[in-house]
Amino acid sequence: MRLLEAVGMALRTIRAQKLKSFFSLIGVLIGVTFLIAVVSIVQGMNRYMVDRFANTLIGANTFELRQRPSIMTGHVTDDVWLEWRRRPRISYADADYVRERLRTPATFAKFCADRVAVHYDGKVAKDIDLIGTEASYFGIRNYEITAGRAFTAQEVQTALPVLVVGHELATKLLAGVDPVGKTVQVGGLPYRIIGVVAKQGTLFGLSLDKFAIMPFSAPGRRLICPINILDAFIVRTDDPGAMTRAMGEAEAAMRSRRALKPWQGNNFAFQTAEGALGTWQKISNVLFLALPGLVAISLVVGGIVIMNIMLMAVSERTREIGIRKALGARRRDILAQFVVESATLSAAGALLGIGFGLALAFVVKALTPLPAAVAPWSVVVGMALGITVGIAAGVYPASRASRLDPIVALRAE
Amino acid sequence: MSEVIRIRELAREYRMGDERILALRGVSLDVRRNEYLAVMGPSGSGKSTMMNVLGCLDTPTGGEYWLNGQEVSRLSDDELARVRNREIGFVFQTFNLLPRATALHNVELPLVYAGLRARERRERAAAALTRVGLEHRMAHKPNELSGGQRQRVAIARALVNSPSILLADEPTGNLDSVTSEEIMRVFADLHASGQTVIMVTHEAEIAAHAERVVVLRDGRVESDRLTRGAAA
Repeated sequence: MRLLEAVGMALRTIRAQKLKSFFSLIGVLIGVTFLIAVVSIVQGMNRYMVDRFANTLIGANTFELRQRPSIMTGHVTDDVWLEWRRRPRISYADADYVRERLRTPATFAKFCADRVAVHYDGKVAKDIDLIGTEASYFGIRNYEITAGRAFTAQEVQTALPVLVVGHELATKLLAGVDPVGKTVQVGGLPYRIIGVVAKQGTLFGLSLDKFAIMPFSAPGRRLICPINILDAFIVRTDDPGAMTRAMGEAEAAMRSRRALKPWQGNNFAFQTAEGALGTWQKISNVLFLALPGLVAISLVVGGIVIMNIMLMAVSERTREIGIRKALGARRRDILAQFVVESATLSAAGALLGIGFGLALAFVVKALTPLPAAVAPWSVVVGMALGITVGIAAGVYPASRASRLDPIVALRAE
Repeated sequence: MSEVIRIRELAREYRMGDERILALRGVSLDVRRNEYLAVMGPSGSGKSTMMNVLGCLDTPTGGEYWLNGQEVSRLSDDELARVRNREIGFVFQTFNLLPRATALHNVELPLVYAGLRARERRERAAAALTRVGLEHRMAHKPNELSGGQRQRVAIARALVNSPSILLADEPTGNLDSVTSEEIMRVFADLHASGQTVIMVTHEAEIAAHAERVVVLRDGRVESDRLTRGAAA
């Protein structure tokens, strides 16, 4: 008997008993739903973390030379914390030293930042990230200037009090006016706004557009860092290989500058996008490790349910089996019929599970800032698991059916 | 060889615990092609066992059974299934149709196991149903048909594979006398067109439709004679 026909026959049987069929495949349904939903959400989360979180905070192929890591991954003990605090800070001279000794082509920017209040016309915007940096920073962060212009290397050199502001600051504090050319107060000092950066959106619901960027040398620098001290020295390269090389060169330069002995650890830190992802990666690994177990449990339960349903079907349909045998069905015909029926039942469960899983993923996508990314492999695996469970669960009932004595079976009920 | 069935010293023994029950104790019988034979006997005579062995649902414990030139008493389960599919058409007392399938699908069933393609199956099943006068009931399910119509569907199913023998087990046992006569006419027509028919029954009135009656008693042939109709 051809497979397609057997599947058609199985579908007719399943359709004839919709409710019973639905309940019998609920285990497989839950298992596959779980698989699809969790994989979609974790993958979405992954993409979000990589695209938005890490690359927004640090940027691709970019590393920061810092006194200590700025983004904590995992638990930091008190001892480690104390050691970090005792380290010398990164100075202007450190940054220039590294810049001179780096062979790998790269773009550099000195960087320091803190939260300040910005005043304009009697109004105040609090918790604004005031960033002191160089002209190259805009390129490193891929900032698009939507109004006015960025500041130049000359303006950095001459330490002019100019600001390039974020979208939210421009539209909230200077609502209804053209921000370019206006003067705002930062820490009692007047700053002229010369440009506005395109809207950056949000990260975990927090605005990425509440910042103001000034030359690191500008008069307000004492507000964010002590003179001659930097929060970070940013190095952007062209590709991951170049980043690794540049990081190695920067490490060597810093170690020699600080005269560290071979047995001494670095008293400075490199922060990369990848490093910032550490914690998330750990969570996602745990989820992916736990997932097969959870899916397996529901599939085993689902398989047992299906096996019982099939055993019931065999005893309910003993007469039918007898008729089929009398008409010439061989053992393997009966075996195939019930295995295919079980597999079809289970595959239907898997199909529903895929539907529910996708729906769940899209609900999460709609209700949270997380983008659910459906992994095609999870759909394939879900379907394959469904069919496999169906076959495995169907073999025993089917072999019982196939071994029935036709005379006894014909006499049933 | 003009015999379609050739049985020699057929025995069937059952074991029930320590007890041995001899349902058939050496039955010899020849059935020629296009014979219309009735097997009779009181309950316990071995009639049902005879029917099961003739239908290749059961294998004898002794003796020989040649069906259409093939020795079938020592075949495996799957080989017997093949013989049932090709050589035997069953008609049961309780019709034994699949309740969820249409008349057409029920008749197609033996062809499914013969490995025929869907189109040919449908054509042959439709032809068989037409032959028993049910061409207008093909899409009906058994519970939408009368008893007589159900038995006709069963007969169509039995015929669809052009079997060597049509084996009927109390074919009128669940039917009223008018419908019984109707079914007997179908059998007579089939016989007239060359079909070998073997009918197991305990009703003398029904057996009288056959041209030859074999009576079993205690697992042996008690009598084997031609009916008056056949002698004429």
